[in-house]
Amino acid sequence: MRTLAHHTAAELAELAPRAPLLHIDGVTKTFPGVKALDDVSLEVRAGEVHALLGENGAGKSTLMKVLAGNHQADRGQIHLEGEPIRVSGPHEAKHLGIVLIHQELSLAPEMTVAENIFLGSLPRRALGFVDFRKLYADAGRILDRLGCRFAASDKVETLSIANRQMVEIGRALVFTPKIVVFDEPTASLTDAEKVVLFDVIRSLQDENVGIVYISHRMDEIFTLSDRITVLRDGAVRGTLETARTNEDEVTRLMIGRALEPRSHARAREPGPVALEVKGLSCADLFRDVSFSVRAGEVVGMYGLIGAGRTEIAETIFGLRAPDAGEIRRDGEVVSITSPPDAIAHGIALAPESRKEQGLVLGMSCRDNMSLSQLGEVSRVGWLDRSAEQAIYDRYAVRLSLKSPSWRTPVVNLSGGNQQKVVLGKWLGTAPKVLIIDEPTRGIDVGSKAEIHGLIRELAAAGMAVLMISSEMPEVLGVSDRILALYHGRLAAEFDADSVTEDALVQAISGL
Amino acid sequence: MAKTDVELAVPVRRDPWITRDKVVHLLQTKGLLIAFALFLVAFSLASDRFASVDNISTVLRQVAIVGTIAVGVTIVVIGGNLDLSVGSLLSFSTVLVVDLHDKIGPGPAILIMFAAALAVGCVNGLLVGFARLNSLIVTLGMLSAIQGLTLIYSGGQNVDIADQEGTWFAFFGRDFLLGVAVPTWIFLGLAVILHVVLTRTTFGRKVFAVGGNPTAAAFSGVRRARVVFSTYLISAFCTACAAVILGSRVMGSQNNVGQGYELVVLAGVILGGTSLLGGSGSIPKTVVGVLILGFIQNGLLLLGYPYYAQWLVTWVVIILAVWLDVASKRGRLFTTTS
Amino acid sequence: MTKSPLRHLSRIPPIWMILIACVAFFSVFADSFFAIGNFTNILIQTSTIGLIALGMTVVMINGNIDLSVGAVVALAASLAVGLQADLGIVPAVLVGLGAGVALGFLNGMVVWKTGVDAFIVTLGAMMGVRGLVFLYTGEQSFFSMNFAYADFGMSSIAGVPTLAWVFLALTVIMHVVMTRTTHGRNAYAVGGNREAAENAGIRVGRHMVANFMLVGFFAALAGITLSTQMGASTPNLGTNYELWVITAVVLGGTKLTGGVGTILGTLGGVLTIGVLRNGMNLMQVPAFYVLVVMGAILIAVLLVDARVNRRVAGEVKL
Repeated sequence: MRTLAHHTAAELAELAPRAPLLHIDGVTKTFPGVKALDDVSLEVRAGEVHALLGENGAGKSTLMKVLAGNHQADRGQIHLEGEPIRVSGPHEAKHLGIVLIHQELSLAPEMTVAENIFLGSLPRRALGFVDFRKLYADAGRILDRLGCRFAASDKVETLSIANRQMVEIGRALVFTPKIVVFDEPTASLTDAEKVVLFDVIRSLQDENVGIVYISHRMDEIFTLSDRITVLRDGAVRGTLETARTNEDEVTRLMIGRALEPRSHARAREPGPVALEVKGLSCADLFRDVSFSVRAGEVVGMYGLIGAGRTEIAETIFGLRAPDAGEIRRDGEVVSITSPPDAIAHGIALAPESRKEQGLVLGMSCRDNMSLSQLGEVSRVGWLDRSAEQAIYDRYAVRLSLKSPSWRTPVVNLSGGNQQKVVLGKWLGTAPKVLIIDEPTRGIDVGSKAEIHGLIRELAAAGMAVLMISSEMPEVLGVSDRILALYHGRLAAEFDADSVTEDALVQAISGL
Repeated sequence: MAKTDVELAVPVRRDPWITRDKVVHLLQTKGLLIAFALFLVAFSLASDRFASVDNISTVLRQVAIVGTIAVGVTIVVIGGNLDLSVGSLLSFSTVLVVDLHDKIGPGPAILIMFAAALAVGCVNGLLVGFARLNSLIVTLGMLSAIQGLTLIYSGGQNVDIADQEGTWFAFFGRDFLLGVAVPTWIFLGLAVILHVVLTRTTFGRKVFAVGGNPTAAAFSGVRRARVVFSTYLISAFCTACAAVILGSRVMGSQNNVGQGYELVVLAGVILGGTSLLGGSGSIPKTVVGVLILGFIQNGLLLLGYPYYAQWLVTWVVIILAVWLDVASKRGRLFTTTS
Repeated sequence: MTKSPLRHLSRIPPIWMILIACVAFFSVFADSFFAIGNFTNILIQTSTIGLIALGMTVVMINGNIDLSVGAVVALAASLAVGLQADLGIVPAVLVGLGAGVALGFLNGMVVWKTGVDAFIVTLGAMMGVRGLVFLYTGEQSFFSMNFAYADFGMSSIAGVPTLAWVFLALTVIMHVVMTRTTHGRNAYAVGGNREAAENAGIRVGRHMVANFMLVGFFAALAGITLSTQMGASTPNLGTNYELWVITAVVLGGTKLTGGVGTILGTLGGVLTIGVLRNGMNLMQVPAFYVLVVMGAILIAVLLVDARVNRRVAGEVKL
């Protein structure tokens, strides 16, 4: 078999459009009751960055799992370098030169960085012994290329989330693969690390590797990609040349309609201070943080991951004990040592991770919603099912929750609808202060706008909202005021109408 | 998802009576009960005595001890934990109540025994609930420690009740009420009460939430530690009830009478379909699981097989039952792991 | 990367501190504890649990568990003793070992193919294999008629009992396997993050089956060495061993959740149990107290471990 590496660059340029490196042809995949992929075809050329876009549940990850051998297609064919291939498992995928860089970190925390990078392909000597010398030398080279400052012998559990992502990316460099799939690789990276990642991707391009790049972030896609394929409801809605399209067209393909321009009615006159925090400190997580949130206003809290945002929220909600400082509700100092205390003081927290912290995934929508207010839907410990049902009915309508029934386990809902269940759970407690951490992380574009509108509505109805986010457009678009956090300290406070993006970025970078 | 939209949009249509989906759904949800029924029918055909009222009530009495403990352990398991200390606790409680019976009378003996058992439950609950230690290891340690305590208490001697006829203590293990054995009443009574607690009270809901996702439960204002603590108290209470039945039936006790019960009980709970991962399961399921174990034992003995034949059958049945459950959730019989 | 001696010291499993404390305590308070003869005694006494623990450590690092080891001990012992009159010692022993490996294979295949939790699969096997033992033996004990068999159990090489040599040698081999070979390193990957291991192309199913066969082999070997010591086998042999073995392994620092554990730690756990039993026995403390002390130490180790870990991690209160 003649591989592409044998051609000259000039030949390649001519050859590439005709003979794609990877050709996914008419792949269909059905899960019980759901057609996840419907006759999907996709071509990736050697040296091309092919962006794959689509809302959550559109079928991107299913398609990639078929490619990586985690799922078997019901129908359709995959060709690599013109040859039909059958990927029966990750082992075969790797053998064929297909590497998937996972979004959910796929590392063994107790093992070293080097062992993780070379997971499944540790260099061997005779009798199955590991060649540790070669392992650490090779891993060190890969870390240098990625500009990482940690050692190959560090245990992964000691690394930050961003550094773990870099380890994950390092796997693409173990040997020169034919196809690399990046699944939302930048979710936790800083701008500097993104630059390194993009350099790595471009150098892979130079080596004629075909790259599939999955992301929600339009700016990245337009910077990196050569072509864009959009998936919706398990089917391809179009493949576009990046140079000949724009964000509007892509968005329209993605959600099947044009996105309405966001216009939010800001509360003209916010009410009295509902939540005030003074000199709050907790270990080495954050120091001397003071701010206030008024009734009827949305305060955005912006900062890098690890800046202490989530920890501040958790402290206010009674999940962490502060070393110093006080929390005031409606002007009075309150003692909050547990979530029930916080709830009693009219504070609600929609946490950062819906699946791990927000929802009991196997439980029904109704039961999840009533979980925060079991006292309200019971008499001396006896559940009043009609009261529970009433809560569900009210908020399912109010939040336009799309769920087949109240019985449906939340695990079966999309990210946006799961977030609505979380919100429903808290709105039922009639909170005066709502803390919402990363309200739209992992949520598709359509639902995003809906959730943003909802946050504004709640504020307009008199709620004090503290919104933590790492997405600049979200912070700028939804908040009235913005708190910028840097290394556990409040770096600056801005008025959302007058602040510039540069000023925000500087504030959270400690400049 | 696309599916939900379709479901919402399509008006209700008359389906034919039997469809493949319906059969699959029935097998998935009621598979164990159907298998159980078939199995009962098969045994009834093979042995005349099997289906008799006498035999059925015998089985119900025989499973009462395992069943009573299993009902409590089910709640611990739904809460996301294990309790391996119940076997040792059964030995300890039985030795204690029998030994004290002759010294201070049945009433006080029962009271003190319940207090001691609940104290053990407290220790489990504190360590697993409040100190957040791994429940398997904690209760494994307690298994060993309580076994030692039992031996220290009894000095290695077995205990007996001297006057076996003249005490009302015999009521719990040997008497009948309305034609049904008292142990059966205790077992089924506890099952009904705890089923109601689990499905109709806020406590029950919290147990499911804590077992399903302890972090989310805590973020919702559920006091996780208290809930876990309570599940261990319930388990200890049920074990104490079982000790009363056992002590009363035997009118004496060996030091290691409860040895191995922890795993038989767990087998019943698992067979019923309560997941060891926590957050799902039910008391009726456990009752069915325990009954299946009881009827397997009884049926095989009636057919003339040695008593250890039931262990071989249980081996196969327990794996098949859980496999059926796992496979139906997965949508395929075998895993795709390579 | 700095490699100070201190950094190395911190890798010594904490159970060794407890072990050293126990040895020091009994050396002072128990006459005739601190003697070579007694130490070899301890080694023999612990070798049965110790051998099984070597295999169990690997299975638990994988994130699995095997509750059927006690029953496999009885099966292998019964086969090795029961068949030796007809087959001769070596073939009988091989059949015993083969049975252990075969049952391990069965457990592993069921865990792999059905996806049922190892705890449940081996809980079933624990009962079923015990049933097999009763079926095969007809509830009888077997006695070895060939003195060579029991002599082997009593023999020694260079003043150290042969069985102690066997245990120590296999410990060293397993330590090397777990720290230096790809199979050993993959065991940590599978236990630490199974999905990651799968995605990285490790054949997780096959890998786990191999480890179940390994623990089956070690349990069978333990049963056979035990029967050489007694010159006999009983159908109830090995009852509750699974609990002792798990206790020893957990004492040694292996986590039930998988991905963490060392053979050296397990050795420390096994020896701690052995020293406690032996020392308390020498001090003429009734055997029951050992059970209480064991339970207490197990929970204490867990408490200390949780305290240390939690301080480092800075988790939220739940």
